[in-house]
Amino acid sequence: MIMATAITTDPMLPQPYSVQEVARETPDTFTLTLKPENEVDRRLFQPGQFSMLWVFGVGELPISISGDPALHDRLVYTVRSVGQATHSLVNRGVGNDVGVRGPFGAGWPVAAARGRDVIVVAGGIGLAPLRPLIYHVLQNRKDYGRLVILYGGRSPRDLLYRKELATWARNRETQVLVTVDYGGLSWRGHVGVVTTLFKYSRLQLAGSVAMVCGPEIMMRFVTRELETQGVSRDDIYLSMERNMKCAVGFCGHCQYGPHFICKDGPVFRYEQIRKLLEKYEL
Amino acid sequence: METLERIIAEHPFFIGLDEGFTNLMVSCASNVRFKAGNYILKEGDPANTFYLIREGKVAVEVLAPQRKPIIISTLSVGEILGWSWLLPPFQSKFHARAVDDVHAIALDGKCLRTKCEENHDLGYEVVKRFALIMEQRLEATRLQLLDVYAVK
Repeated sequence: MIMATAITTDPMLPQPYSVQEVARETPDTFTLTLKPENEVDRRLFQPGQFSMLWVFGVGELPISISGDPALHDRLVYTVRSVGQATHSLVNRGVGNDVGVRGPFGAGWPVAAARGRDVIVVAGGIGLAPLRPLIYHVLQNRKDYGRLVILYGGRSPRDLLYRKELATWARNRETQVLVTVDYGGLSWRGHVGVVTTLFKYSRLQLAGSVAMVCGPEIMMRFVTRELETQGVSRDDIYLSMERNMKCAVGFCGHCQYGPHFICKDGPVFRYEQIRKLLEKYEL
Repeated sequence: METLERIIAEHPFFIGLDEGFTNLMVSCASNVRFKAGNYILKEGDPANTFYLIREGKVAVEVLAPQRKPIIISTLSVGEILGWSWLLPPFQSKFHARAVDDVHAIALDGKCLRTKCEENHDLGYEVVKRFALIMEQRLEATRLQLLDVYAVK
């Protein structure tokens, strides 16, 4: 697992960034591109890491980085506007300030996956933390085996990055399968939950590394299917979400059994947390 | 050219089936094609056939009053369409529409029901395979009902 990139500044101190672009992905989800106001601030991040974003006067939010890790002059976040803070964040106009702390946490195991086939399983906005990983694999294509991306959304209008999904599918040795839970008559793609896509994978899944992000219930069903397909528990990684506050393991808000999601995660090896996923109300 | 015997023997649904049983299946099978937009099954119609989809995609739909049909799921290459032929009252429960041009193997359910009644070993093999499909689709439907991507 990748450890957090060293941050030279105080991790509790937000750095000033400004909104460069806001792009609507779905009716309630937006992608924000932030540029550092301090030109020397070039924050490297690992795919799967997150930042704490301050909307001054409103609050602070943990948001996964969804941009290209090879682009060091910006940070990109995909945010679903569901509450006051996220609503304020996506409505920050271009040129306005946002405070950024991080990047924090352990990301996807890009080094451990080198030389292996990779299967990415995403549900809903769970594709956002996986997008940097997909960029990384596609930019370093010869370092990885085949790539399979299985993506499930609620309906066609709730799917993220639709143009990119089509672009990724044209890559060598890459298969992209998309499904929705509810499709209208004009939708010509698959209808059904994301687990129903496994049978269409051209990849023999046993021996591959699986990276999964989405609602926890969905991830439980997906891990079960991955195990049925012969993927080892040690090769399955999940990105978890809890109420991160300090992001450095001090406050305990995101404690998950013996782990802090912010510091030990958000990406965990499935075997590390399997028993916790089976506990009621955790 | 692929023979029906080979297609059926290599289909995931029939993997591991005794060769004699496969031959019985072949005697009930035929190649069929449906143009995109055509209905393969209609709710309430007698269910005397099931299909092994070889090409194309099929939408399983339920009709709702005063609104467009609702697609419950789609089925594609390698999947089985239709199990109402197996259980009384042998009537289709849903519509099934070809989304693309569909090429399939149709199996005569009436013919197969008779063979299964005559040979319970065959009947057990058939029911066991359909039970697995039903279990997988039931689980998928339960997950779908949870509406996991909705804002809570």
